[in-house]
Amino acid sequence: MRVGLFVPCYVDAFHPEVGQATLELLERFGCEVEYPFDQTCCGQPMTNTGCHKESKATEELFVRNFKDYDYIVAPSGSCVNHIRNNFDAVAQTDDVKHVREHTYELVEFLHDVLKVDGFPWAEFPHKVALHNNCNALRGLNIASMTELREKTFSKPRDLLGMVKGLELVDITRPDECCGFGGTFSVFEEATSARMGQDKARDQAKSGAEYVTSSDSSCMMHQEGCAKRLGLPTKYIHISQILNGERV
Amino acid sequence: MSIENQTAPTTPAGRTNDGAPANLTHGAGASVTMPARGPEPQPRGAIIRGNHPIDQQEAARRFMAAPQHLAMHDQRLWDLRKKRDGQKEIIEEWEDLRQLASDIKTHTLTHLDTYLEQFEKNAIANGVKVHWAKDAAEHNSIVAEILRSKNAKSLIKSKSMLTEECGFREAMAHEGVTVVETDLGERIQQLDNENPSHVVVPAVHKLRTDVAEVFAKTLGSDPNNSDVSYLTEQQREHTRPLILKADAGMTGCNFAVAETGSVVVCTNEGNADLSANTTGLHIVSMGIEKIIPNLNSLAVFVRMLSRSALGSPITQYTSHFRGPRRGAEMHIVIVDNGRTDRLGLEKFWTSLKCIRCGACMNTCPVFRRSGGLSYGATYAGPIGLIIDPTFNRHKYSTLPFSSTMNGSCTNVCPVKINIHEQIADWRQVLAENHEIPAFKKSMMKAAGALLASPKLYRASLPMADSALRHLPRFVLYNKLNTWTRGREMPHVPKETFHQWYKRTRGVDGKKK
Amino acid sequence: MSSTDSRAAIFAAIRANRPKIQPPLPDVPLFDEKAPSDLVTAFSEMLVKMGGKVLDPQGQDPISALRAAVADKGIIATCVPELHGDASLQIRQILPDMDPHSLADVEIGVVRAAFGVAETGSLCLTDDELIVNTSGYLPQHLIVLLDPSQIVANLHNAYRRPELREHKYAVFQTGPSATADIEGVLIHGAQGVRSLRVLFCPEQD
Repeated sequence: MRVGLFVPCYVDAFHPEVGQATLELLERFGCEVEYPFDQTCCGQPMTNTGCHKESKATEELFVRNFKDYDYIVAPSGSCVNHIRNNFDAVAQTDDVKHVREHTYELVEFLHDVLKVDGFPWAEFPHKVALHNNCNALRGLNIASMTELREKTFSKPRDLLGMVKGLELVDITRPDECCGFGGTFSVFEEATSARMGQDKARDQAKSGAEYVTSSDSSCMMHQEGCAKRLGLPTKYIHISQILNGERV
Repeated sequence: MSIENQTAPTTPAGRTNDGAPANLTHGAGASVTMPARGPEPQPRGAIIRGNHPIDQQEAARRFMAAPQHLAMHDQRLWDLRKKRDGQKEIIEEWEDLRQLASDIKTHTLTHLDTYLEQFEKNAIANGVKVHWAKDAAEHNSIVAEILRSKNAKSLIKSKSMLTEECGFREAMAHEGVTVVETDLGERIQQLDNENPSHVVVPAVHKLRTDVAEVFAKTLGSDPNNSDVSYLTEQQREHTRPLILKADAGMTGCNFAVAETGSVVVCTNEGNADLSANTTGLHIVSMGIEKIIPNLNSLAVFVRMLSRSALGSPITQYTSHFRGPRRGAEMHIVIVDNGRTDRLGLEKFWTSLKCIRCGACMNTCPVFRRSGGLSYGATYAGPIGLIIDPTFNRHKYSTLPFSSTMNGSCTNVCPVKINIHEQIADWRQVLAENHEIPAFKKSMMKAAGALLASPKLYRASLPMADSALRHLPRFVLYNKLNTWTRGREMPHVPKETFHQWYKRTRGVDGKKK
Repeated sequence: MSSTDSRAAIFAAIRANRPKIQPPLPDVPLFDEKAPSDLVTAFSEMLVKMGGKVLDPQGQDPISALRAAVADKGIIATCVPELHGDASLQIRQILPDMDPHSLADVEIGVVRAAFGVAETGSLCLTDDELIVNTSGYLPQHLIVLLDPSQIVANLHNAYRRPELREHKYAVFQTGPSATADIEGVLIHGAQGVRSLRVLFCPEQD
């Protein structure tokens, strides 16, 4: 199985360890992983701001980079949601359709495609609060949503449940957006920061030592808010926990 | 009186003290007691500067700078959201009802002419006088003419978002007609000369101390008594004589049933029934999209409306007006005011399905932290973001950006409007029609060019000590670097993933 | 522009702009397969949750209980044959030609519901039962007689009843008037009645 690894811009610049953990984790499960060097971004920042024309060339570049892989995997639900559900600036060629249909967020790839049944190398003896990125939750449906009457499920919880010693704790508003919102975090800075601070307080109140998520972007924002508030909570990407990182 | 607030000290005379049970679920009552607080000046809404785009963020910032208002507002609306979730858990067929509600609205809107004709025919047969208004001005002049014909100088009315759209009270003031709102929240807002901040709970942004101040100024109540039962009683005592003296009554319309020609009005206070039944003249203000085919359809909406809005199984009063009382007159003014234009917008016409339950506002994390008045428009919150630009594309061009597009609004919507997707679609329409700020557009152009070129992109991410490494360029390329106002910068690692991969795996991707 | 011109303009705009799809009107099921067998209990529980009360006859027959409940309570307005007007007892018989405002001084109104709805604890009052519509709103308190055999499971069943088609005015009243417009604090008696009690009492022929 040839897997193209997409490392979103935030991860590349600020959390290279997330890219590394994702790569290693996929290799542990026998995937043949390649990292196309010419990758940049999925185009979401422009589309998110309404500028679809401006994201067209970026989306085309993405398709050129990834069209030849069986699967494309990224440690970010937000980017994957953009590719799968909002990749509309480009002409919908067969290549584009292939890329849209075969791009997975890491958790759903492990859960649904590889159907993994354990992480024997992983141990994380800590209290952990899970944050589901809104796009991963409501766009990719990686877990059931509190707004809907539906059967309860959670792919990231299923995976974290296989990690020795890890104890999941609940926060009071689990599905509440943390306020990152892509360009919202800079254009609507005050509301964004307030939402992030509220989220960070909720997480700290839960007794969690760590917050984990399949999205670095939300966590970068939350971590910045927690630090500003002087909260002790630490933030770690789910790929690192599943890859057996010890802290 | 029954009250859940432990701090209420007195039971004024004339009220029952019937020892209501603690698990009351109705009438929008909060499930938690709010702490008593000292006075904090009420933050006001968005500053309106003619046709200039609304600066929602500026007003939101002022709202968030008032900690007591912010805390109460967020807690109160989140509680409504949780109560709504509780109802969803009780009703097994919840998602079926949402689908039915959505499908009934889709069917009705695509057959709107047929159902409006049927409704009109039946209403006329029931003895109702039906009027048609293309816009707000015509609505107001039709009502003024009806009132003139009866020599009516005072009007009691229940809450109606359509009359807010129409600037109705202001128009009536010019006609010399005294209008008295009878819904408590709406009355508070009328007396404070402020718009409703929420479609269901119009004064939800106000603390009890704000209300005490307004009532002291306008009703002469005790400015130092902010006990909620006292304030509510003050309003009842002041409004009742106005109701009894009024020349005419007016209500909005939650649903208009084509099959029977009836209008349905839902309130918790009973104020619509008083407004409609006390005087000899009942005027109904109704938007064309309120129409539904029949009573079987109505059951679906009545089951969903209050559960979605307040987490209450039904409003205390669900009133069906099919025709005038003996000796009285009933008029229905059916209003377009931009709705037929909206019907023609391919991506946005389904916003006409909205039943004004406000669930999207309650769940919206941005709304809860900014207050409804920060939007500077008749409709606030998620549904406002997708409706307001249809009234004025320029003035409300900023609103679709006051959202993280997290999608919770879409999930709570009882008629399944894809609100967050329409917010995204509006952003595109606005960007393509030059209705976003020039700096934003040029920033996105630059980002687009940068991200389409691996070489340029890599060049923009040089070594760790460069300022540009602190955030990707499209974030930093902003005339205001706002990130650090409420947050710390992320830690900057020694090398990017790209550099690490090249160093450890080389160009062929094999482990070194 | 006259209202007639506007009507034509609105219909023309609808026909021009209406999405050109023809989705069918869905059938609405009754959703009552799992309805409770004891509708009186289900109704009563919901009524209480909605702020209403059941008037317990305490062993008396319902009509004696009703008389006791209104004795010496000030001006009573009766819309039911079970309680006759009696000036000496301050019981006022409501008649169709009365001015709606004349109920403003009433302490307790007594009306009969056409039927009840177990799902929500609602009572259907129509212009027939109210005689003068304000008798449901202007009194300070309301006592509603309900025939226990006239309770439907849910709102789907309720909207299939003839009352909603036949009457010029019908209301589902659920508990007393309520508001929570100030900080969510629940208060009964915002504009309408401050309390509502239901007395189970079969309808006389």
